[in-house]
Amino acid sequence: MAQPENLLYSKEHEWVKVDGDMATIGITDYAQSSLGDIVYVELPRVGKQIEQFGNIGVVESVKAVSDLFTPVSGEVLEVNAALEGDPAAVNRDPYGAGWLFKVKIKDADERSNLLSASDYEKIAHD
Amino acid sequence: MSTPISLRRTALHAEHGKRGARLVPFAGFEMPVQYSSILKEHDAVRERAGLFDLSHMAQFMLKGANVASWAETLTINAVESMKPMQARYNIFCNARGGAHDDTIFYRLNGRWLLVVNGANAEKMWHHLQANVAENVRLENLHGDGALIALQGPKSELMLQPHVDVDLSKLKYYFCDEGTVYGRPAIIARTGYTGEDGFELFVFGEHAAEVWNGLLSDHEADGLEPCGLGARDVLRLEAGMPLYGHELTEEITPVQAGLQWALKASKPEFIGRNALIEQLERDEYPRIAGLIMKGRAPAREGYPVYHNGAPAGEVRSGSIAPSVGGRNIATALLDKAAAIVGTSVEVEIRGTRHEATVVALPFYKRTK
Repeated sequence: MAQPENLLYSKEHEWVKVDGDMATIGITDYAQSSLGDIVYVELPRVGKQIEQFGNIGVVESVKAVSDLFTPVSGEVLEVNAALEGDPAAVNRDPYGAGWLFKVKIKDADERSNLLSASDYEKIAHD
Repeated sequence: MSTPISLRRTALHAEHGKRGARLVPFAGFEMPVQYSSILKEHDAVRERAGLFDLSHMAQFMLKGANVASWAETLTINAVESMKPMQARYNIFCNARGGAHDDTIFYRLNGRWLLVVNGANAEKMWHHLQANVAENVRLENLHGDGALIALQGPKSELMLQPHVDVDLSKLKYYFCDEGTVYGRPAIIARTGYTGEDGFELFVFGEHAAEVWNGLLSDHEADGLEPCGLGARDVLRLEAGMPLYGHELTEEITPVQAGLQWALKASKPEFIGRNALIEQLERDEYPRIAGLIMKGRAPAREGYPVYHNGAPAGEVRSGSIAPSVGGRNIATALLDKAAAIVGTSVEVEIRGTRHEATVVALPFYKRTK
């Protein structure tokens, strides 16, 4: 699957959709496919201040626990509550219904630390 | 500088690649952990059937007049009483009663097949050789002989057209020597999934023919190739121990709840005194089943608390599709905590999560 062009990416396989000062964050198709069946997602509390590339939760597949990092700093505005009952949405629709959390962006300049779709494509298939 | 470990390949390695398996290092072999999805493969075995490559497991052929009486001295279960073509679960222990390995003996015509865990292959080979007796000859087929397991409620229906053995007469934990797709095979009604099923021992050079034959002939019936990931979920649901988790050099068969396999009436075998003393004192930590109340999975090594105090640790854990999608686990718990119905807590990343002690197995098939 090609990476959506309108998103930014981290080396840790998260994607970010920036909309004004709000960012929606999820994991990439490559990440969900590598993990396999996702059975549990642990996300930060709404209101929590998080720092770019900080470890802020976990994504668990049947076999493994993987750390989740935030690609941007800011305040957690919302988490995807539907994942509690349906974590497999991350597998089915990683860029849509499987989004993880939303952040009020603290520093727009942090975007320069993220990757374009084409740059991410290069690391995702190494 | 680290030296790359060279992984062995089973006779089916190329077939796994062709079918898109995800390969991981396991017991010194490059083995499929999954093909499509662990959960989908799990469901195929519970509802229809799944096909597994288990050729990483070590096959030792035991020959000579004294095999049975010799094996009695090294194992906790009875060997000499096995009928021709019978299979029996058995455990080799150390002098402290801890488990060297859990295995299956197959009594064949004029010889015995011993199947041991792949991860214990070398250790077990040395153990057998160090204890070898007169009129016992050992032959190591590890990695040469292939083992294909067909597991699931439709196994008999799928396999029957391709074998020269009447499977309706082959009882659970018995085997026969015959052919599959015209190739010589030991056909055993054994498995590690909690379902009906068969294990097919074939020569490595015939493995691909049998594997591809079954998959192409029964794809339309819902047969799916399955990896070791699904196998682990299936065995845990069925309450079966996995060496390195519920049984180790430190965790004895008594602690693992495998007293049914312990023939204390045998006069002498390695570990006997320690096991009997442990049973009589009855103070030992023991393997218990846990069902998590919430959605966070319990994983190996997570601490368990009872009444606020440390009471043991998780040994295996998984989501369990056949247990209502709950998170299940085994834990080695103090005697006082390991009582069915007891409420305990599992610590997950610093937070304690409620769980209930339940009887094993978690899942039992309906006949």
